[in-house]
Order: sequence, then structure tokens, then C-alpha cells
Amino acid sequence: MAEIKIKSVAKRFGKVEALKSIDLTIADQEFLVLLGASGCGKTTLLRIVAGLETASEGEIWIGDKRVDQLPPRDRGIAMVFQNYAVFPHLTVFENIAFGLRMAKVDQATIEKRVSKTAELMHIEALLKRYSGQLSGGQRQRVAVARALAMEPEVLLMDEPLSNLDALLRMEMRAELKSVLAESKTTTIYVTHDQVEAMSMADRIAIMNKGEIVQASDAVDIYRNPAHRFVGSFIGNPPMNFLPAKPRSEDTWSVAGVKLSGPNHNAAASASSVEFAIRPEDLIPVSEASEDAFTAQVRVIEPLGSHVLASCMVDDQLFRVVVDSDKSLQQGDTLYVKPMYDRMRWFDSSTERSL
Amino acid sequence: MTVDGTSKTMLWTFRISTVVLCLWVLVPIYFLLTNTLSSPEEVVAFPKRVWPSFNLESISFFLTFSGVGAAMWNSVLVASVTMVLSIAAGAPAGYALSRFDFKGKSFYRVLILMTRAFPLPLLALPLAVLYIRIGLDDTILGLALLHTMLALPFAVLITFSLFSGIPVELEEAAWTLGCNRFQAFRKVILPLVLPGITASAIFAFVISWNEVFGAAVLTIENRTLPAFLLQGLDQAPLHLKFAGGAVLVIPALIFIFMVRKYLFAMWGIANR
Repeated sequence: MAEIKIKSVAKRFGKVEALKSIDLTIADQEFLVLLGASGCGKTTLLRIVAGLETASEGEIWIGDKRVDQLPPRDRGIAMVFQNYAVFPHLTVFENIAFGLRMAKVDQATIEKRVSKTAELMHIEALLKRYSGQLSGGQRQRVAVARALAMEPEVLLMDEPLSNLDALLRMEMRAELKSVLAESKTTTIYVTHDQVEAMSMADRIAIMNKGEIVQASDAVDIYRNPAHRFVGSFIGNPPMNFLPAKPRSEDTWSVAGVKLSGPNHNAAASASSVEFAIRPEDLIPVSEASEDAFTAQVRVIEPLGSHVLASCMVDDQLFRVVVDSDKSLQQGDTLYVKPMYDRMRWFDSSTERSL
Repeated sequence: MTVDGTSKTMLWTFRISTVVLCLWVLVPIYFLLTNTLSSPEEVVAFPKRVWPSFNLESISFFLTFSGVGAAMWNSVLVASVTMVLSIAAGAPAGYALSRFDFKGKSFYRVLILMTRAFPLPLLALPLAVLYIRIGLDDTILGLALLHTMLALPFAVLITFSLFSGIPVELEEAAWTLGCNRFQAFRKVILPLVLPGITASAIFAFVISWNEVFGAAVLTIENRTLPAFLLQGLDQAPLHLKFAGGAVLVIPALIFIFMVRKYLFAMWGIANR
């Protein structure tokens, strides 16, 4: 139960810059998800908070204590690892009790806490077993129970669900969320799975190439990407991007369609501007018009509730989500109108939103 | 047809080579054992009996032969000291190799093996001179130091493969749960590697137990069993030689058989 402050933390491995000056504050009891593709530095950042890695620069504060010079055991954290790291030579009970024994907690308290957390994670029947006798999902539960039994100020989770199969992952996702909400522990959770991130997080910090490009709640990140990368990474399918040419003071020409966008003067520094829209924010219209894109349908993927059509607009890939009632065929020409309040604009040199 | 023929030839080549290799190892051991368990008369007799008479005369005579007891005790002492020293030095080196990145790591690994490339005769004579100068000649410790040098590469490589087989996350988990580096090692890593360390220790013991050249050069009064046999049994009757051989070979065989799993692990790593 503490606030985490990450102050201009940078990490270099030789000449490779893994993290470029990260600033992030995680509020008390907040569930923050670090989301990014593999190699973006999210695990490195988590390990720096845990003390398993040293930052090249910057400070880490947990509560009102600066911890970046402290070893992991003095930071008031607990961590859940991707491969669970359940000690194979100890029973489930002793695994959960491990941290408490190190903290010299008396036996009665240990028993009480172990049975409480085991109950919470539904593993009370497994306490006498060894790691080798458990399934992946059960090991995962033991790993979480072991971390929770410490009653840490901060809980760090490194892709804890990525080794589980899809169904179990969905089940554990909901369960973890409720357990963590109850424990009221400040949590940093690393994942590369955007569905996991959006369904669990209070706030998502999206990382790209060692930087946090946007930190906000799931809906805001989805609707208002602050960076071109966020739009192209979040959402399945991701956003469509098309180059925009200036037309008059605040109108732009995008693939021959006239759209009103950011003021030219505001975008003056921008050498070029890109128009972006989500595939589901396009409305099919019956015939060609000045304000509708002309899309040549290339691939059709019927997905039950809707149909995903991959089209070409001005020789650029352009995806459209249409209702499954609409009959579409490869080679068809589709006319779609963007929903005006859902249009987004990006400066293509800085990749920031305008 | 041709494919079938080729694979059949391959199969038979494989079978025959396996049998030949097994015989290569097993026939001498068979003769060693049967002759040890035969009476002195039967040892020199011809033709031989397939099954020994389980006569314990040779072996009991050998064991009471003057000097054998002392030599065996020396062997045990030297081997024990070798075992302790090679683990004390080898296990930390193996741990460091598996857990830390440092410059020249792969070169260092090769270098460890290279120590075995030195012919012992080349080393033993200067060493004997040095030992005489510093007063280590003809001592248990002096010989154990030489044997440690011989056993150390194996100790390092076996423990390296053991530690590499343990996920770093187990240690890291222990650190986050309140352990310092040493406690994490003692409470998590050590229990997991202990069987392997024991195997590595036994292997060091066997290397020392079998070593004859260094022992013969570096000791005079405090001979180990192999050196004693080399010197003393030269003129001894045949049945005594067989008994001496068996006493040397059997403990080594049993030990190696016990730890074979870990030796394979080491070679698996060395092949990479």
C-alpha cells in the first residue's frame, strides 16, 4: 500500500539504450499495466523497480522511501515471475510460507496467513504437494499466493498468465483482478497481451522502444491514442492510417476525400500529417460521394458478429468493419464515410497526435 | 529394397560395435574378478573355469600383506582431501560461470579443460622438486593438491551444468522474498544441487583413487594404494596382482556407476 514514483530512470546495456528516461507515478492501490511488444523495455523497467536490475540513471521511490540503492528484500515488494519460480524442493505450504519464515514471523501467524492466501487462490487442497505434482495453472496460483502472503506494499507481476492456455488465462484474468482489488495492493503488471491489459488495468502505460508513449485508462488509449504507435498497436484490427494533404485553412484532402482537420497553422511545424480512423468507425454508404472513401475489397473475413474487410484505398491497406448482414465479395467496391468525431490526426515526423 | 538393405547393414554394424565395445570393457573386469575369487593354484592353472570357485585366499592374503592397509588408508585420506578441495574450489567457479557474464568467459571454460592437456610426467617432476623445497613432498596434502588439479576441471564443469540447470528466477524469487545472495543460495539452490555436488565429489574421489603416476613420483613413505601396487607387487605372484587390481577397480566402478547420470550431464554440456 504505497505510491511508486519512477523518476527519469534510464537503462543502458553497453551501447544499447533499453530505457530512455522513464517518468511514471503509480498511485496507491492502483493497478498499472505496462504494455508493449517484446523488447520494448517493459520487463527491464519492472525488474528495476524490483531491484533485480540496476538503473543506469534515475530514482525509484516506494512510499516515501528511495529504494533504488536497496536490495530486493528491503524494498517491500513481492514478485510473480513468468515461469512461476515455485521452489521445487519445498511443498506448496512451505513455498507460500517461505517469505514469512525469512521475515521470522511466528508459526501460528504463518499457518494463519498461508491458509488464508491458499483459500483466496483456491489451492487449500494442494498444500502438501510439491511443484512437480502441480499443473501450470496450479503453479501459477501458488506463485501468486506466495507473493500475496507477504502482504507486500507493492506487487510486481511479469507476464504471469502468458504460460497458461487461452481458456485458463481468461479465467485467471478475472480471478486475479478480483483478488488484487480486494488486497488493495499497488500493482505493476507487465504483459504484451492488449486484451489482458485492457480488461485488468486501472491504467495502461504503453511502452515503445524504451519509452512510455501514453499512460491512461483503456478507453482513452483506444479512442485517443497520443502516439501513432498506440493507434497501430492497440485494437484488433488496429487503426487505419492515410496521408493527408493540406487543402484550405482547416480542411485536408485524404485519398481524394475532403475532411476538416487540425488548423494548418497548428500543424505548421508538421512536415506532413496523417489521418487515422478505426475500422469500426466507418459507415458504408450506397454510392460514391465527395466525403466517402472508395475502397477496393481484397480479403473478407467473416467473424460472426461482424465482417472484417481488408481493402485498398489509394494503394494503402485500409480495414473496414461492416455488419455481417451486408453481403460483400472480393473485388467489390465499398464506399465508406468516416465518423467525424472519431477521426484522429498525427504528425508523421514526430508521430504525436495533433 | 536397397534402403532396407542399407538400414539393415547399419543396424548390424551398430549392434556389433556395441557388443565389441562392451566386451572391451567387460572381459578384463571379468578376468580380474574371477581370478581374484579363485585360489592361487587355479589362477595359474589352464584351462580356466568359467565360474570362479569363490576362494577368498588370494584376497585375504593381499589384504594382510604388509603395507597394504597403510596404503589403502593413505589413498582414502588423499582422495578425501582431494574431494573436499576440488568441490570447495570447483563449485564456486561453476556457479560463477553459470550466473555471471564476464569478459573471456568462454575462453576461461576452454582454459579449464586445457589444464588436462598437460602431460602429468611433464608436471610431476618439477612439482616434486618444488615440493621438496617447500617441504610438501611425501605428504597427504601435497599429493591431494596435485589430484585436486586433476579433478578440478571436472568439478567445475559438472557444477557449471548443475547450476545452469536451475532457473535464475528461483534465486530472484528468493531475493524478493527476503533472502540475501547467500541465504538464497543456501535455502534454494543448495538443496537442489546437493545430489549433483555429491556426484561431483565422488568423481573427484575416484580420480584421486585411481591416479598412479603423480602418487609414485611425489610419495615415498606415504604411498597410496596404486603407487604401492606399482612398486610392491612388481615381483609379487600373479594371484596377488589380481587381488590388488580388484581392490582398486571395484570401489571406483561402484562409485562411477552411482554418479553416471551427472557425468552424462557434464558431457552433454561439454558437447555444446
